[in-house]
Amino acid sequence: MSHAAESAAGANALGGVETPAILHEVRPAVLPRAVLVANNRSFSWITEKICGIIEEPTPTWWWVCFAVAAFVASWTVMGLTYLVATGVGVWGHHNPINWAWDIVNFVFWIGIGHAGTLISAILCLLRQKWRTSINRAAEAMTIFAVVCAAIFPVFHVGRIWFAVLPGWLFPFPNGNEIWQNFRSPLEWDVFAVSTYGTVSVLFWYIGLIPDLAILRDRFYASGHKLRSFLYGLFAMGWRGSNRHWSNYEMGYLILAGVSTPLVLSVHTIVSFDFAVSLIPGWHTTIFPPYFVAGAIFSGFGMVLTLMLPLRAIYKLEDLITQYHIDCMCKITLATGTMVGYAYAMEFFIAWYGANPNEGFAFINRAFGEYWWAYLIMVSCNVITPQLFWFKKIRANTALVWILSIFVNVGMWFERFVIIVTSLARDFLPSSWGYYSPSIVEIFTFFGTFGVFSVLFLLFIRFLPIMPMAELKSVTPAADPHAGADGHH
Amino acid sequence: MSAQPYGLIATFDTASSLYHAAEQVRDAGYRRWDCITPCPVHGLDTAMGLKRSIVPRISLCGGITGFCTGMTLIWWTGAVAYPLTVGGKPLFSPMFAFPISYELTILFTAFATIFGIFVTNGLPMHYHPVLKYEHITRGLDDQFFVVIEASDPKYDRTATRALLEKAGGRNITELEP
Repeated sequence: MSHAAESAAGANALGGVETPAILHEVRPAVLPRAVLVANNRSFSWITEKICGIIEEPTPTWWWVCFAVAAFVASWTVMGLTYLVATGVGVWGHHNPINWAWDIVNFVFWIGIGHAGTLISAILCLLRQKWRTSINRAAEAMTIFAVVCAAIFPVFHVGRIWFAVLPGWLFPFPNGNEIWQNFRSPLEWDVFAVSTYGTVSVLFWYIGLIPDLAILRDRFYASGHKLRSFLYGLFAMGWRGSNRHWSNYEMGYLILAGVSTPLVLSVHTIVSFDFAVSLIPGWHTTIFPPYFVAGAIFSGFGMVLTLMLPLRAIYKLEDLITQYHIDCMCKITLATGTMVGYAYAMEFFIAWYGANPNEGFAFINRAFGEYWWAYLIMVSCNVITPQLFWFKKIRANTALVWILSIFVNVGMWFERFVIIVTSLARDFLPSSWGYYSPSIVEIFTFFGTFGVFSVLFLLFIRFLPIMPMAELKSVTPAADPHAGADGHH
Repeated sequence: MSAQPYGLIATFDTASSLYHAAEQVRDAGYRRWDCITPCPVHGLDTAMGLKRSIVPRISLCGGITGFCTGMTLIWWTGAVAYPLTVGGKPLFSPMFAFPISYELTILFTAFATIFGIFVTNGLPMHYHPVLKYEHITRGLDDQFFVVIEASDPKYDRTATRALLEKAGGRNITELEP
């Protein structure tokens, strides 16, 4: 009865005939939104904070880190020089393990890049506004990770000058005028990774334009004409016009829209490198989703590894709040759980598929000569992320940072386990072998962390580490209806 | 100041006041005018009466070109320039050509989109009268501006200034060309 009375009252209210007094007091429930910029910071605070990082004198810690990173990077330079001068034999490959650390490192670095694109593209389409604080740095991470990744397949060619022009990788006819085999996933990979690198750079650059314009104006005002000129050159004369914003926002949305299928396709194609072959342990249909989940998992590990120190050094707690860290931890947890599920499912199918080679490959992974690698992989990738269920752990920044390192280590070992254990025990026992990396390989790989760090340090020194315009757009001050009569 | 200025610029302190001012300038029938904002303001396109951006059409052209490039490249190299049977498979099939065509679709779409953004915005344009305004830095920092160009047919030095004043603009200044 009361329900009918309420409906009648509602109908009256809607018809404007008679409104019960109570309705004037009733307000629809407002769900509190997560605060993305804490302490109600103003537009100019954001500008000062982010530009201040670039405008301040170069801090001592930066020079120390840069020197160390450059030294480590020199290992890669030396390793690669030695390889080109001598031959691919300086790496530890031999029959039957003709692919080893090079492809492990390639997949590892490419995977790390994927979180950057997830944050910039997929979270943009899903309107996850917390992405704004971390997307610039994460996209930078993507680009630098692709640079590190590309080193390995290019140098595995040995005579690298053949990679491009006479067309071992890119479609230029080679000496015999034979073209690439476009049926091969390795050739697909060339296109996938080079497209990925290019589109990531474009996406990053288009996001930078409004911020470069701010720096142009600020350096001009403070009398740094050369810097103003250089930032201005790349800012393309941006002036904050809303007619420009309109096209810009549309273009940005399209770039997010095409980057989303791109990032999914890149790691799918990377996984095809293995899944399309016949090697037991590789020839499985679960590889594409499993690789994509693993890539995002490892990438978020790296995002946390990079962002938490930045947050502490530059006191960015108002911009990277606990809510942001929670979100990143939860994505790590979700993708880590998917990876754990994939490990279990691989074992299940190896048994359920009743293929003796496949069954052996998996028993061998867990209990064979490389059991230690498998153990590291499972403990880092399956157990570590489960700790992120707990709010107390997520709130402990130092602990989150350590766990993120475990994720990085675990994901490197995942690729090692997949690639090396499968090749070391293929169909013919007479060709079985054991792989150990050579000293050149070890230095080349660890040097890539130096290459990555050098690039990232240059980025935080010279470019705005957060997209100022996007950060402003998620603050209440950017809402044109704030405090108004709410007719939107 | 020269006889014909570039236009009038007015300052607004909040996104909300800019939004309502934009509605008034739009309703007054101006065509050649603009808002300067530090970040995209939700709904301002409608308040300014802007049409939907044409960037997506340029992107679509890029995407179609990319897909056709991939298919043509693989068909021509494999079935025309140097026919080579691999594993007894047909010389061309859209199936194995798909992944590369897919990647090139995305690559060309991205380039077309960037091209589209620059072309529709008339950028790069390193010189612009608005950039000479002494407080323009604030337009990328924390303030909002409305600029009405003198070339607008409805532009009138006093009437336009009065409109901007009525809309709540302050610091109304003539811009040099």
